[in-house]
Amino acid sequence: MAKPLYTTAEPQKIQSGSKIVHAFGALADLGAEVANRSNFSDTIRTSLHLLLGSLGIMRGGVARYSPYEGELSLAAVRGLGDEFPLAFPLTREDERAFLQCGTQALEVLDARDLTLLSLNGWILEAKDIELIVPLVVHDELLGMLFIGEKASGDRYNSHDKDIICAMGRHIGVAISQRNLLTELERKADETRKLYDEMRTTYNDTVRAFAAAIDSKDKYTEGHSTRVGKYTEIIARELGWADDEIEGASVAGYLHDVGKLTVERKIINAPYKIDAKESKELNRHPAVGYEILLPIHHPYADVPLAAKYHHERLDGRGYPDGLFDREIPYIAKIVNLADSFDAMTTDRPYKRRRPAPETIEDLRKNSGLQFAPEITAAMFRGLLREAAGETKDKRFRRLLGRDYMETEDLVPLIQHALDNIGSTQSITLSA
Amino acid sequence: MIHDLDTGTAVAVVSEDVFFSAIATREVSSRAVVYAGDYLNKLSGESVERECREKIADGATELIVDFSRTEIVNSIGVSILLGVIDAAKSNGASVVFKEVNESTTELFEMLGVTNHVRLIHN
Repeated sequence: MAKPLYTTAEPQKIQSGSKIVHAFGALADLGAEVANRSNFSDTIRTSLHLLLGSLGIMRGGVARYSPYEGELSLAAVRGLGDEFPLAFPLTREDERAFLQCGTQALEVLDARDLTLLSLNGWILEAKDIELIVPLVVHDELLGMLFIGEKASGDRYNSHDKDIICAMGRHIGVAISQRNLLTELERKADETRKLYDEMRTTYNDTVRAFAAAIDSKDKYTEGHSTRVGKYTEIIARELGWADDEIEGASVAGYLHDVGKLTVERKIINAPYKIDAKESKELNRHPAVGYEILLPIHHPYADVPLAAKYHHERLDGRGYPDGLFDREIPYIAKIVNLADSFDAMTTDRPYKRRRPAPETIEDLRKNSGLQFAPEITAAMFRGLLREAAGETKDKRFRRLLGRDYMETEDLVPLIQHALDNIGSTQSITLSA
Repeated sequence: MIHDLDTGTAVAVVSEDVFFSAIATREVSSRAVVYAGDYLNKLSGESVERECREKIADGATELIVDFSRTEIVNSIGVSILLGVIDAAKSNGASVVFKEVNESTTELFEMLGVTNHVRLIHN
C-alpha cells in the first residue's frame, strides 16, 4: 500500500482541505458539463457521476419533476436496483413544502411528515437513501436528488450538504435549460405551423386574385395562372432558391392585377383596340403597382413586376420606357412568361402561333425585348420536357399535348438555344 | 428515459490495447483483471464498469482493477469504481485495486473507497 502523504500532526485538517479541493474539482466539471449542453441525457448521467464521486456516495438518483403530471420521474439512477420506483407522485402540499425550503438537503429520517416519504419511506430506507434534495430554480421545482450512503460510512455533515446543494443547483439549472429549450422548440414548431398556414392562405389568396383578374377576360381565361407557372419554371431553371421561386410565381400570378380597373369591353374587345382604348389598357401596370404596393408581401419585387412587366430591353416598352439595366430582373422574367402565354393562346383577333414560330420569335427578340439568359432558361425547360429528360409535364399541361408533340420540336428548341441573340442583358439582382 | 448508470445503454468502444481482461477461465481461476486506463474519468468509463459486471456474471469472485496506466482519477472515475464495488458486493465478489499511485490512494482513503477494496502493489 502507498504511504499516506500526510504525516503531520494535523491529518484531519489536511484531509478536509483535500476533500474540498476534490469537491471543487467536481463542481467545476459539473459547471462545464451544464454549460456545454451537448446532450441532456449525457449531462444528467455525468452530473450524477460527478455528484456521487465528489463525496464517495455509493448510490443515488436524479429525478425530473413534471408539474402537469404531478410526478417525479427518474432521469438517472445508480445502485438503486430494479425495485426502485421509476416515478413518484407528488402532492401539491409536498411541492409547496419543497418550494418553501428551496435547494436544501433534507434528511430522510427528519422529513417523514411529507407524503412522498410517508408513502415511499420504506423503499428509500431499503436502498439506504439518506438525503433528498429538491432542485429549485427561480421558485420552480424542477426535480429531486436521492442521495444514498457514503462509502466511508460517515454521516453527512453540513459541509457535505453544502457541496451536494451547490451541485444540485447546477443540475437544477441543467434541467431548467432543458425545459426552456423544450418549450422553445414547441413554440418554434407552433410558429412554423402557423407560418405554413399563413403561407398557404397567402398563396390561395394570390390564386384567387389571379382567377378574379382572369375572369374579366373570357378569351384569356387562366392567363395570370399560366404566367405564374411559367415564371416559376423560368426561376427554377435559373437556379433560384425555393422561396425566391415562390416569390417569382406570386409576381407572375399578380402581374395583371391592374386590369381589374380596366373596362371589361376594352379587355374583351374582339378587334384591335384604338389609341384611346390602348392608352386606357396600358395604364394597368402602373395601377397594378399602386394596388400591390401597400400590401406587405413576403416577396419584395411583386409590385415592381406588375409595374414593369411591359418594359423592353431596347427601351421601347411601357410605362416608363426603361432600358435593360433599369428594368427589375423579376419584371424581365414576367415579361417573357406573359409574352410566351400571349403567343401560345388564342386571342379574340388571332389564333395562337405554332410552336416553331413561337420559338423563333422568342429567339429573335432576345436582346431586344427579352433578356437572353431568361429566354435560354425558358428554352432549357422546354427542351428538357420535349426531349423526355424529365418526368415533369408542366409545359404539356399548360400548352397541350399536341403543341409539345410538334414535329422536330427538340432540334428546333436546341437550335434556338444555340443561337439566342448575343446581346447580353446586364441583370440586376432578383 | 431513465439512464441506469449501472447498466447504461451507451456502449463505449474500448480498444484492446488499453482495455483487456487477462483472466483465466472460470475452471482454472476466478480472478479477473481489468485495466482502468485514463478514460475512467469520462462518461465512456462506464464501459469499465460494464466489463467488470460481465466478469462477475461470468463467475469471477475476485476482480482486480489495474491502475498502472491510470495517472489520475476524478469524481466520475470514483463514481464508476463505486459502481464496480457495489456490483461485486451484490454478487459476493471481492475487489482489488492494483498499482494505485500515491495521490489516487490518498483520494480513495479520503472518500472511504478503501473501506471496500484491498490495495496491492507488485
